[in-house]
Amino acid sequence: MSERSIRGKVAVAGVGETTYYKRGQSPDAEFLLGLKAIVAACDDAGISPKEIDGFCSFADDRNDPSRLSAALGIKELNLSSMQWGGGGGGAAGVLQNGAAAIAAGYADVVVCYRALAQGQFGRYGQGPQVPYIQGERAFTSPYGLMSPAQMFAMKVVRFMHEHGIKQEALRALSMASYHHAQNNPRAVMNGKPLTEEKYDNSRWIVEPFHLFDCCMENDGAAAILLVSAERAKDLKQKPAYILGAAHGSGYRAAAPVHNSGDYPSSNFSTVAPHLYRQAQITPEDIDVAQIYENFTGGVLMTMIEHGLCKPEEANEFFQLDNLIAQGGKLPLNTSGGNLAECYMHGLGLQIEAIRQLRGQSTNQVKDAKIALAAAGPMVSPVSTIIYGTEDTL
Amino acid sequence: MANYLPDGLPSPAPMNDNLDVPYWEGTQAHKLVIQKCSSCNKHQWGPEWICNHCNSFDLGWTEVEQKGRIYSYERVWHPVHPALKDQGAYVVVLVELPGADNVRMVGNLLADPEADVPIGAEVEAVFEDHPGDELSYTLVQWKLV
Repeated sequence: MSERSIRGKVAVAGVGETTYYKRGQSPDAEFLLGLKAIVAACDDAGISPKEIDGFCSFADDRNDPSRLSAALGIKELNLSSMQWGGGGGGAAGVLQNGAAAIAAGYADVVVCYRALAQGQFGRYGQGPQVPYIQGERAFTSPYGLMSPAQMFAMKVVRFMHEHGIKQEALRALSMASYHHAQNNPRAVMNGKPLTEEKYDNSRWIVEPFHLFDCCMENDGAAAILLVSAERAKDLKQKPAYILGAAHGSGYRAAAPVHNSGDYPSSNFSTVAPHLYRQAQITPEDIDVAQIYENFTGGVLMTMIEHGLCKPEEANEFFQLDNLIAQGGKLPLNTSGGNLAECYMHGLGLQIEAIRQLRGQSTNQVKDAKIALAAAGPMVSPVSTIIYGTEDTL
Repeated sequence: MANYLPDGLPSPAPMNDNLDVPYWEGTQAHKLVIQKCSSCNKHQWGPEWICNHCNSFDLGWTEVEQKGRIYSYERVWHPVHPALKDQGAYVVVLVELPGADNVRMVGNLLADPEADVPIGAEVEAVFEDHPGDELSYTLVQWKLV
């Protein structure tokens, strides 16, 4: 293996978010949301939007770089990149692509963005309402297996069965997100705390997922501005450096009709080793983790596959006290995450990792120097980034 | 026999490129027919144009034993389609076929939807016919042996 690595070469200069809305409630058009987030990220960095020369997105975002360039009056478009894969598996991969382009010299100021207005364009958590269905879904939808929750519950049931993991572990993951959202005024679920009783009494969506194990569906936009490490030193914000970035999935992860090689998996088991090798750290060095909650079961497997917890210790480890910013062993989803802050396809979790390293979180982890942010468990490809402060370089 | 789920869900239609036609023809004849590589003899499911094991393009179709084992399951409560609005709970199983290199298939478990589902239990296929004017098809369901 060569010594090629992204470690320390690229930094986050700015982050931007719109107001986060419940699904369908944005007063702004989706493209306008995207523009607002991009301009906010530039303001945060102290860089003019006209200096952007690269655009990266993911999850089949509809707001294409050429229109954005024209709208913003970009002088020179040097990079337009789309990370493959639906769902939020690309929320870290999008930054990986942008960072690689900066390191290669293709572009200097790259914005990674995602804008979503489901009122304008349709929603996620529903089955297809069509008379006929073809392809892989023809082998699942007629049996009532058609939504993301239903696609992934099957993996989580098997994983919990193999390792004897209890429902309480999922509950703790949900409660950690809701706990942190109560301190975060941006969070859609701010002011709506979750108790054990409320979780236990909530309706099943598909076992083992209660309502509170499932992400929200939201409108809004988020953007992250990347520059070279050199450039980042002289900007407004304390830089968060990319120490490692990886995306992918294991053996036949997307094999049709639930025939993947490593079936009960978040698909990070082959990705995480690349990440740690680049970052030159071990899981014990992680101060705070932001793990994409499409569903809590995915968070559980993601943390185990990143070496943050052993499967046989899961019932003991996944308890609320261990997961909160206020003294927990490994603070998790400190903004409220996709469950309770906003489901911006996971880009909000990347922003929260960056905020932790700047010391700007509403649930600040004391002296946080290394943050991990993983995207899109159980889809393919999935992706993760490890960020570090200047001290870690 | 009544169908496991109500009418109105999307009907499965063969792919436009005809890749999966032998499977759907097989189910209508109440046979379980899946891909088997003519070069390395490995079974493959779902259907693809190349053998994932040896990369041969010489894939054939073969009838396999209608017996399987529950590998995983899920009990669905929240209806995500209007046709399921009054359904209540139902169980989807992921069944592996030990007689065919443990390939897996999705179906429903024909049992009380609120009963415990034993992972590892033996099941056998039950063919659920859906005759129609424009498209007839047969689903493969499973019951405990």
